[in-house]
Amino acid sequence: MEKNHVLEVNDLKVSFDTYGGEVQAVRGVNFHLKKSETLAIVGESGSGKSVTAQSIMQLIPQPPGRFKGGSVIFNDEDLTKKSTKQMEAIRGKDIGMIFQDPMTSLNPTMTVGRQIMEGMIKHQNLSKAEASERALELLNLVGIPNPEARLKQYPHQFSGGMRQRAVIAIALACNPKVLIADEPTTALDVTIQAQILDLMRELQDKFETAIILITHDLGVVANMAQRVAVMYGGKIVETGTVDELFYGAKHPYTWGLLASMPKLGSEDEDLLAIPGTPPDLADPPKGCPFAARCPHAMKVCTEQMPEYTELSETQKTACWLLDERAPKVEAPEAARIGG
Amino acid sequence: MQQQPLSDDLFRPVERDAEEAEKIAGPSLSYWKDAWRRFKKNKLALFGIIVLLILTFMAIFGSAISGYNYHNTSLINANQSPSGEHWFGTDALGRDMFSRTWYGARISLFIGLTAAIIDIIIGMIWGAVAGFVGGKVDEYMMRIADVLIGIPYLLVVILLMVVMEPGLFTIIIAMTLTGWINMARIVRGQVLSMKSDEYVMAARSLGASTPRVLFRHLIPNTLGEILVTLTLTIPNAIFTEAFLSYLGLGVPAPMASWGTMSSEGVKAMQYYPWELFFPAFFICLTMLAFNVIGDGMRDSLDPKERR
Repeated sequence: MEKNHVLEVNDLKVSFDTYGGEVQAVRGVNFHLKKSETLAIVGESGSGKSVTAQSIMQLIPQPPGRFKGGSVIFNDEDLTKKSTKQMEAIRGKDIGMIFQDPMTSLNPTMTVGRQIMEGMIKHQNLSKAEASERALELLNLVGIPNPEARLKQYPHQFSGGMRQRAVIAIALACNPKVLIADEPTTALDVTIQAQILDLMRELQDKFETAIILITHDLGVVANMAQRVAVMYGGKIVETGTVDELFYGAKHPYTWGLLASMPKLGSEDEDLLAIPGTPPDLADPPKGCPFAARCPHAMKVCTEQMPEYTELSETQKTACWLLDERAPKVEAPEAARIGG
Repeated sequence: MQQQPLSDDLFRPVERDAEEAEKIAGPSLSYWKDAWRRFKKNKLALFGIIVLLILTFMAIFGSAISGYNYHNTSLINANQSPSGEHWFGTDALGRDMFSRTWYGARISLFIGLTAAIIDIIIGMIWGAVAGFVGGKVDEYMMRIADVLIGIPYLLVVILLMVVMEPGLFTIIIAMTLTGWINMARIVRGQVLSMKSDEYVMAARSLGASTPRVLFRHLIPNTLGEILVTLTLTIPNAIFTEAFLSYLGLGVPAPMASWGTMSSEGVKAMQYYPWELFFPAFFICLTMLAFNVIGDGMRDSLDPKERR
């Protein structure tokens, strides 16, 4: 494990055994997370983002889920080899998680204060009074006014944005080193989204938490992340810094994502969609998963998965177009940001 | 319409207070207070509660009020119609029906409550574990329940009565032997649908252990459904007891339950109808009370139905 890495995911493979056969949700994913940075994982629904996140926490229900290989290295230890009991000591303490829908991720029969205190009482051996004091601090920190009263309230008495703030408070209660945010703003409306993102950034600076941000909103990525990993069909097809991917993406799928982002000032243009649907991971293609939808697909694309080409120290792309023998293809006009 | 002249200082900007903008409207109510607030709106359910309170009170103090006890026979006074002396009349052995009715209430309510509570405890744990653990465990646990429920109920009761001494506890055991299965199925269904809820995943992501998730998160959220089932299980148990007593499998004499009293009352129905009427009436009233309460609870305890 490299020195300033807090988390490394190596060749992670996760499958689900269903009645229809084995669904290979994650097929060999590699990435790392540095201290106090934000890594965004983007990709469309079903690309394996959430499964990757839940695998880090070992939250995949088994069965039907199954680890097929790879490792998740945290603190020089492989989390996939940990027992349930050992994982319970890590979850919430060292790695926290924020879920997509704040409406459903709080227990409706427990007060918000109680839910914030749960983790602290378990992991930090705080007394009830201490935990309650700290919960008050946390609610203040995440910007919930009137925290004394709010502590004793139930989730249904909170608005959506406030619930997500409370969820963030819960996730940060034990100062985790890594925070996994699984589409934290998808269920919120736009004005609240910005507030929540600001809050996350602010708290990240304060606690030096490393964040894995799972999203399909490239606007959020540009706002929050330093590095991006683009997932497609259970694999990472391209990864790099935000600048590299926004201004120098080399993978046609990344171009597609960038092109499908609505832009200010474009008047009559239709939004560009990537035609087709993602591959069926119960029977994944043996070549590049994007080949069937790729406008530049070649014969080789359907035959063999391309290796990663290192374009810079940080940018890696898995695409046959980068091979010398391939025709030269430029990123389409629509995929250029501000161009 | 005549309007007030608007003075200039009304057009000055209002000073805003951030605290004020997010002030909490409405008092904070706990789950139970909130449920009770909604329960009170249901007049029928409230009526049920009152009926039940009266029944309970009379079950405790009924025989003291009339001054007769439930087992003293007096053949001279047999089969008397209701009068100032014996308010509900007397039965074939001259026992005071008023005292016997309330003594019967005691037995019936006791059996009903105990059987229902035992059902709930066993059923809740069985169902919650089966639903939560899932997979093979669930499969086996529910098949055991299926087998148990497949055994003809009356047969089990009669066999038990043969093996054990007839009495209160034999009846309760006989009733709970298969009674919990219904509860287990309900709780299992609830837990199955809830365990994929995000807050369960969230609790796990905070390091909560399986028992903790089960008892702190899942069961409290099924509690509404459990309580509703409880209020509907009690009258069921009371009715089953009455039915068993009616068949002669109930509490032995001189103890009285509404079931044994009805059974005796039927024999004299054509000449002394009150001997059947009173126990039968109170069985009906109790069943009705529990049912309307259960109905009211169903509406008020659902955490998603809050208004």
